Amino acid sequence: MKKIVEIKNMSAGYNGQRVLKHVSLSIFGNDFIGIIGPNGGGKTTLLKVILGLVKPWEGRVEYLQSDGNKKLNIGYLPQQFSADRKFPISVGEVVLSGLLRRRNIVRSYSKDERDRAEEVLARMGIGGLSSKAFGELSGGEMQKALLARAIISSPQLLLLDEPNTYVDQVFESELFDILEELNKRMAIIVVSHDAGMISSYVKTIACVNGELHYHPSNEINNEILKAYNCPIDLITHGTVPHRVLKDHKK
Amino acid sequence: MAELFTHEFFKNALLAAVLASISCGVIGTYVVSRRIVFISGGITHASFGGIGIGYFLGVNPILGAAAFAVISALGIEYLTKRIEIRNDSVIAMFWAFGMATGIIFVYITPGYAPNLMSFLFGNILTVSAPDIMFMVILTAVIVLFFIFFIKIILFISFDEEFARIKNMPCQLFNYILIGLVALTVVINIKVVGIILVLSLLTIPQNIANTLTMNYKKIILLAVLFGFIGLVSGLLGAFYLNIPSGASIVFTLVIMLAIVKAVKRLIIYSRGIK
Repeated sequence: MKKIVEIKNMSAGYNGQRVLKHVSLSIFGNDFIGIIGPNGGGKTTLLKVILGLVKPWEGRVEYLQSDGNKKLNIGYLPQQFSADRKFPISVGEVVLSGLLRRRNIVRSYSKDERDRAEEVLARMGIGGLSSKAFGELSGGEMQKALLARAIISSPQLLLLDEPNTYVDQVFESELFDILEELNKRMAIIVVSHDAGMISSYVKTIACVNGELHYHPSNEINNEILKAYNCPIDLITHGTVPHRVLKDHKK
Repeated sequence: MAELFTHEFFKNALLAAVLASISCGVIGTYVVSRRIVFISGGITHASFGGIGIGYFLGVNPILGAAAFAVISALGIEYLTKRIEIRNDSVIAMFWAFGMATGIIFVYITPGYAPNLMSFLFGNILTVSAPDIMFMVILTAVIVLFFIFFIKIILFISFDEEFARIKNMPCQLFNYILIGLVALTVVINIKVVGIILVLSLLTIPQNIANTLTMNYKKIILLAVLFGFIGLVSGLLGAFYLNIPSGASIVFTLVIMLAIVKAVKRLIIYSRGIK
């Protein structure tokens, strides 16, 4: 599978304080990477660097596309949605905003695009809420609507920051099933505190704690398994004590 | 009543009411939904600096206000994003600096500044034909801009971070929109004055928002409620012989109270708390 993002020796931070140092990461088109780490370890910062919202202090981020486009189509579900809950916008408009491109900012949304929004909302289990005000949704419904916004444009890379926050346990399992299905068409990086939950689904786990440590599953050999005392094809290490067990898979 | 319409000044006032309700209805919806009312307050009061300088230099004070308002608007937008000063502090600085500049220049201008009160509290009956022309042009620009770019305006206002991820020209739109807020404030100074212009940018929108959560409908209803408030306030001022700017604001607040009360009554009558 083709590499879509290459991060080389990247450091980044805020207000003069370094959060990430010398991070290198390759993301392939079929990757499903789970990112764990302590609070303040740089998980969200890493996502924001990939999204282009935070500029690296050093090193570089390259988006590698076969069609020559400079900007990769990336879907994003933020950790905390900070927008105004009373903003006058419908659920359908929020989802459709995921389709906005520079070249189509003037024209109205087509019927196909509106149908697509309905379809994605239905897949998220909130079909029929398209015309409802976004601010009238529950926390879980909002999360689903924002996930629908993130995937409606069929991005090449989907980044999710704590996607299981605010959603009930039933939808949490369903969410990861949806992500597994989406992973057939796009690379996914999911940040979570719940290593047990994501380990059942992701192909690779990375630990971010200032630095990044990760192992793609295809690099795993008996020596590594023994070194990390990890009995499965997921390797996590760093300063956070954690252990991931294969039998978490449902 | 019919006699009123024979007066040129009243016809100008009515035309100004139509144009003010459109420009403030559209721009005010952006201001209220984006929660930048305080920024608009800062721009409004900073424009007084331009009025003072205009008086001092002997040029049209409204031109001075326009220049000062736009510079303040762009300055607030730039500084709140680029420099580590709290947003509200930056706004307060421009607010106070503009007012202070205006007072100093009015004070050092030889002679008496005759229409100062009309700039502070407005008088829709003093709107002239050139003012109307300026209002027509700016209102047309605002309406066309919103018709063409409503999708991206809505999108950036709702979630700027996501818009930036989608590679939208957020900063360009932020500057253009805050510039339009500044110019809207300036063209409406004669209608309700610097002190009261915020009412036209917020009260009709809040009345509309009580009835709908749809952005486009809020714009249309805000224009309608703004026009009703302006005309009712104008007539109230005429018959009660009170200042028109204050009368308009008073009318708008009463309208808001009535709509909120009626909505609450309807909700209670349906048994929903």
